[in-house]
Amino acid sequence: MRQHRPVFLQLHRIHLPLSGWLSITHRISGVLLFLALPLWLWLWQHSLHDAQGYAEVQQWLAWWPLRLLLALQLWWLLHHLLAGLRFLLLDAEIGIALPAARASARVVMLASPLLFLLLVVWL
Amino acid sequence: MNQHISGLPAWLVQRLSAVYMALYVLLLPLLWWSGEGGYAAWHGLFAGTVGGVAAALFILALLLHAWVGMRDIFLDYLGKRPGLRLLMLSLLGGWLLAMGVWALRILLGVWLG
Repeated sequence: MRQHRPVFLQLHRIHLPLSGWLSITHRISGVLLFLALPLWLWLWQHSLHDAQGYAEVQQWLAWWPLRLLLALQLWWLLHHLLAGLRFLLLDAEIGIALPAARASARVVMLASPLLFLLLVVWL
Repeated sequence: MNQHISGLPAWLVQRLSAVYMALYVLLLPLLWWSGEGGYAAWHGLFAGTVGGVAAALFILALLLHAWVGMRDIFLDYLGKRPGLRLLMLSLLGGWLLAMGVWALRILLGVWLG
Protein backbone atom coordinates (compact mmCIF):
# COMPACT_ATOMS: atom_id res chain seq x y z
CA MET A 1 0.00 0.00 0.00
CA ARG A 2 1.30 3.43 -0.90
CA GLN A 3 1.79 5.46 2.24
CA HIS A 4 1.95 8.92 0.71
CA ARG A 5 -1.22 9.37 -1.22
CA PRO A 6 -1.94 12.90 -2.41
CA VAL A 7 -4.27 14.54 0.08
CA PHE A 8 -6.19 17.69 -0.72
CA LEU A 9 -7.97 18.92 2.34
CA GLN A 10 -8.17 22.70 1.97
CA LEU A 11 -11.91 22.62 2.43
CA HIS A 12 -12.50 26.22 1.37
CA ARG A 13 -10.79 25.54 -1.95
CA ILE A 14 -12.85 22.48 -2.81
CA HIS A 15 -15.49 23.37 -5.37
CA LEU A 16 -18.15 20.76 -5.66
CA PRO A 17 -20.82 20.79 -8.36
CA LEU A 18 -24.34 21.13 -7.00
CA SER A 19 -25.01 17.39 -7.25
CA GLY A 20 -21.87 16.88 -5.15
CA TRP A 21 -23.23 19.21 -2.49
CA LEU A 22 -26.48 17.31 -2.59
CA SER A 23 -24.63 14.05 -2.06
CA ILE A 24 -22.61 15.27 0.92
CA THR A 25 -25.57 17.05 2.53
CA HIS A 26 -27.60 13.85 2.06
CA ARG A 27 -24.94 12.11 4.12
CA ILE A 28 -24.72 14.83 6.75
CA SER A 29 -28.50 15.02 7.17
CA GLY A 30 -28.57 11.23 7.50
CA VAL A 31 -25.97 11.33 10.29
CA LEU A 32 -27.88 14.11 12.09
CA LEU A 33 -31.10 12.09 11.92
CA PHE A 34 -29.23 9.03 13.20
CA LEU A 35 -27.83 11.03 16.14
CA ALA A 36 -31.28 12.31 17.12
CA LEU A 37 -32.79 8.83 17.27
CA PRO A 38 -32.74 8.61 21.11
CA LEU A 39 -34.52 11.98 21.35
CA TRP A 40 -37.33 10.80 19.07
CA LEU A 41 -37.62 7.48 20.91
CA TRP A 42 -37.74 9.22 24.27
CA LEU A 43 -40.48 11.63 23.15
CA TRP A 44 -42.37 8.75 21.54
CA GLN A 45 -42.12 6.63 24.67
CA HIS A 46 -43.27 9.38 26.97
CA SER A 47 -46.15 10.45 24.72
CA LEU A 48 -47.45 6.87 24.62
CA HIS A 49 -47.05 6.17 28.33
CA ASP A 50 -50.37 7.62 29.42
CA ALA A 51 -52.57 10.68 28.89
CA GLN A 52 -50.46 12.66 31.34
CA GLY A 53 -47.24 11.78 29.53
CA TYR A 54 -48.88 12.83 26.28
CA ALA A 55 -49.80 16.20 27.79
CA GLU A 56 -46.25 16.62 29.15
CA VAL A 57 -44.72 15.99 25.74
CA GLN A 58 -47.06 18.63 24.32
CA GLN A 59 -45.75 21.03 26.95
CA TRP A 60 -42.13 20.18 26.14
CA LEU A 61 -42.86 20.76 22.46
CA ALA A 62 -43.97 24.28 23.30
CA TRP A 63 -40.49 25.00 24.74
CA TRP A 64 -38.65 26.85 22.00
CA PRO A 65 -35.19 25.18 22.11
CA LEU A 66 -36.78 21.74 21.68
CA ARG A 67 -39.15 23.14 19.08
CA LEU A 68 -36.21 24.59 17.18
CA LEU A 69 -34.29 21.30 17.35
CA LEU A 70 -37.29 19.34 16.10
CA ALA A 71 -37.90 21.90 13.36
CA LEU A 72 -34.27 21.48 12.24
CA GLN A 73 -34.76 17.73 12.33
CA LEU A 74 -37.81 18.13 10.12
CA TRP A 75 -35.77 20.16 7.66
CA TRP A 76 -32.97 17.55 7.60
CA LEU A 77 -35.55 14.82 7.17
CA LEU A 78 -37.15 16.62 4.23
CA HIS A 79 -33.74 17.19 2.66
CA HIS A 80 -32.71 13.57 3.21
CA LEU A 81 -36.05 12.35 1.84
CA LEU A 82 -36.03 14.50 -1.30
CA ALA A 83 -32.35 13.90 -2.07
CA GLY A 84 -32.96 10.19 -1.48
CA LEU A 85 -35.91 10.17 -3.88
CA ARG A 86 -33.68 11.79 -6.49
CA PHE A 87 -31.08 9.07 -5.97
CA LEU A 88 -33.80 6.42 -6.35
CA LEU A 89 -34.85 7.97 -9.66
CA LEU A 90 -31.21 8.08 -10.79
CA ASP A 91 -30.90 4.39 -9.81
CA ALA A 92 -33.85 3.70 -12.09
CA GLU A 93 -31.96 5.61 -14.80
CA ILE A 94 -34.57 8.37 -14.79
CA GLY A 95 -33.04 11.80 -15.34
CA ILE A 96 -29.55 10.30 -15.53
CA ALA A 97 -28.33 12.66 -18.30
CA LEU A 98 -26.15 15.46 -16.95
CA PRO A 99 -28.49 18.43 -17.65
CA ALA A 100 -31.45 16.60 -16.11
CA ALA A 101 -29.39 15.47 -13.10
CA ARG A 102 -28.17 19.04 -12.58
CA ALA A 103 -31.71 20.38 -12.85
CA SER A 104 -33.06 17.84 -10.35
CA ALA A 105 -30.24 18.66 -7.92
CA ARG A 106 -31.27 22.31 -8.15
CA VAL A 107 -34.92 21.37 -7.62
CA VAL A 108 -34.10 19.40 -4.46
CA MET A 109 -31.83 22.13 -3.11
CA LEU A 110 -34.64 24.67 -3.52
CA ALA A 111 -37.57 22.43 -2.67
CA SER A 112 -36.38 21.18 0.70
CA PRO A 113 -36.05 24.62 2.36
CA LEU A 114 -39.24 25.84 0.64
CA LEU A 115 -41.26 22.82 1.78
CA PHE A 116 -39.79 23.21 5.23
CA LEU A 117 -40.84 26.88 5.40
CA LEU A 118 -44.33 25.99 4.20
CA LEU A 119 -44.64 23.31 6.89
CA VAL A 120 -43.36 25.67 9.60
CA VAL A 121 -45.83 28.37 8.59
CA TRP A 122 -48.66 25.85 8.40
CA LEU A 123 -47.86 24.17 11.72
CA MET B 1 -17.06 -10.45 8.08
CA ASN B 2 -19.62 -8.36 6.27
CA GLN B 3 -19.54 -10.47 3.16
CA HIS B 4 -23.24 -11.27 3.14
CA ILE B 5 -24.40 -7.73 3.86
CA SER B 6 -22.21 -5.90 1.38
CA GLY B 7 -22.62 -5.01 -2.25
CA LEU B 8 -25.98 -5.58 -3.89
CA PRO B 9 -27.95 -6.88 -0.88
CA ALA B 10 -26.95 -3.87 1.24
CA TRP B 11 -27.68 -1.53 -1.66
CA LEU B 12 -31.12 -3.13 -2.08
CA VAL B 13 -31.86 -3.09 1.67
CA GLN B 14 -31.01 0.62 1.70
CA ARG B 15 -33.46 1.38 -1.09
CA LEU B 16 -36.32 -0.87 -0.02
CA SER B 17 -36.19 0.43 3.56
CA ALA B 18 -36.07 3.99 2.18
CA VAL B 19 -39.22 3.46 0.11
CA TYR B 20 -41.08 1.93 3.04
CA MET B 21 -40.04 4.70 5.44
CA ALA B 22 -40.94 7.40 2.90
CA LEU B 23 -44.47 5.94 2.59
CA TYR B 24 -44.79 5.63 6.35
CA VAL B 25 -43.69 9.18 7.19
CA LEU B 26 -46.10 10.52 4.57
CA LEU B 27 -49.06 8.36 5.65
CA LEU B 28 -48.71 8.70 9.42
CA PRO B 29 -49.13 12.52 9.55
CA LEU B 30 -52.09 12.25 7.14
CA LEU B 31 -53.74 9.64 9.39
CA TRP B 32 -52.97 11.76 12.44
CA TRP B 33 -54.38 15.00 11.01
CA SER B 34 -57.48 13.27 9.64
CA GLY B 35 -58.19 11.88 13.13
CA GLU B 36 -59.66 13.64 16.11
CA GLY B 37 -56.35 14.18 17.92
CA GLY B 38 -55.58 13.68 21.59
CA TYR B 39 -53.94 10.85 23.50
CA ALA B 40 -56.44 8.11 22.60
CA ALA B 41 -56.07 8.75 18.85
CA TRP B 42 -52.26 8.95 19.15
CA HIS B 43 -52.16 5.70 21.11
CA GLY B 44 -54.56 4.13 18.60
CA LEU B 45 -52.15 4.82 15.73
CA PHE B 46 -49.78 2.20 17.17
CA ALA B 47 -52.09 -0.04 19.20
CA GLY B 48 -54.03 -1.78 16.43
CA THR B 49 -52.70 -4.75 14.47
CA VAL B 50 -52.13 -2.79 11.25
CA GLY B 51 -50.68 0.30 12.96
CA GLY B 52 -48.55 -1.78 15.33
CA VAL B 53 -47.08 -3.99 12.62
CA ALA B 54 -46.52 -0.95 10.37
CA ALA B 55 -44.67 0.83 13.20
CA ALA B 56 -42.57 -2.25 14.01
CA LEU B 57 -41.65 -2.60 10.33
CA PHE B 58 -40.73 1.10 10.27
CA ILE B 59 -38.36 0.58 13.20
CA LEU B 60 -36.82 -2.43 11.48
CA ALA B 61 -36.45 -0.49 8.22
CA LEU B 62 -34.90 2.43 10.11
CA LEU B 63 -32.33 0.22 11.85
CA LEU B 64 -31.34 -1.52 8.60
CA HIS B 65 -31.20 1.82 6.75
CA ALA B 66 -29.08 3.42 9.48
CA TRP B 67 -26.78 0.39 9.58
CA VAL B 68 -26.06 0.45 5.85
CA GLY B 69 -25.76 4.24 5.72
CA MET B 70 -23.49 4.64 8.72
CA ARG B 71 -21.48 1.59 7.69
CA ASP B 72 -20.87 3.17 4.28
CA ILE B 73 -19.67 6.35 5.98
CA PHE B 74 -17.35 4.45 8.32
CA LEU B 75 -15.92 2.38 5.47
CA ASP B 76 -15.38 5.54 3.41
CA TYR B 77 -13.67 7.66 6.05
CA LEU B 78 -11.98 5.32 8.50
CA GLY B 79 -9.51 4.11 5.90
CA LYS B 80 -7.82 0.74 5.95
CA ARG B 81 -7.59 0.29 9.70
CA PRO B 82 -9.26 -3.05 10.45
CA GLY B 83 -9.11 -2.65 14.23
CA LEU B 84 -10.74 0.78 14.22
CA ARG B 85 -13.25 -0.38 11.66
CA LEU B 86 -14.22 -3.39 13.76
CA LEU B 87 -14.54 -1.21 16.84
CA MET B 88 -16.72 1.42 15.17
CA LEU B 89 -18.93 -1.12 13.40
CA SER B 90 -19.37 -3.02 16.68
CA LEU B 91 -20.32 0.20 18.49
CA LEU B 92 -22.72 1.07 15.68
CA GLY B 93 -24.32 -2.38 15.71
CA GLY B 94 -24.64 -2.38 19.49
CA TRP B 95 -26.11 1.12 19.48
CA LEU B 96 -28.67 0.27 16.79
CA LEU B 97 -29.63 -2.97 18.56
CA ALA B 98 -30.16 -1.00 21.77
CA MET B 99 -32.37 1.47 19.89
CA GLY B 100 -34.31 -1.44 18.41
CA VAL B 101 -34.88 -3.11 21.79
CA TRP B 102 -35.95 0.23 23.25
CA ALA B 103 -38.45 0.76 20.41
CA LEU B 104 -39.73 -2.79 20.84
CA ARG B 105 -40.23 -2.11 24.53
CA ILE B 106 -42.26 1.00 23.72
CA LEU B 107 -44.43 -0.92 21.26
CA LEU B 108 -44.90 -3.83 23.69
CA GLY B 109 -45.98 -1.30 26.30
CA VAL B 110 -48.60 -0.01 23.88
CA TRP B 111 -49.78 -3.51 22.92
CA LEU B 112 -49.84 -5.06 26.40
CA GLY B 113 -50.36 -2.03 28.62
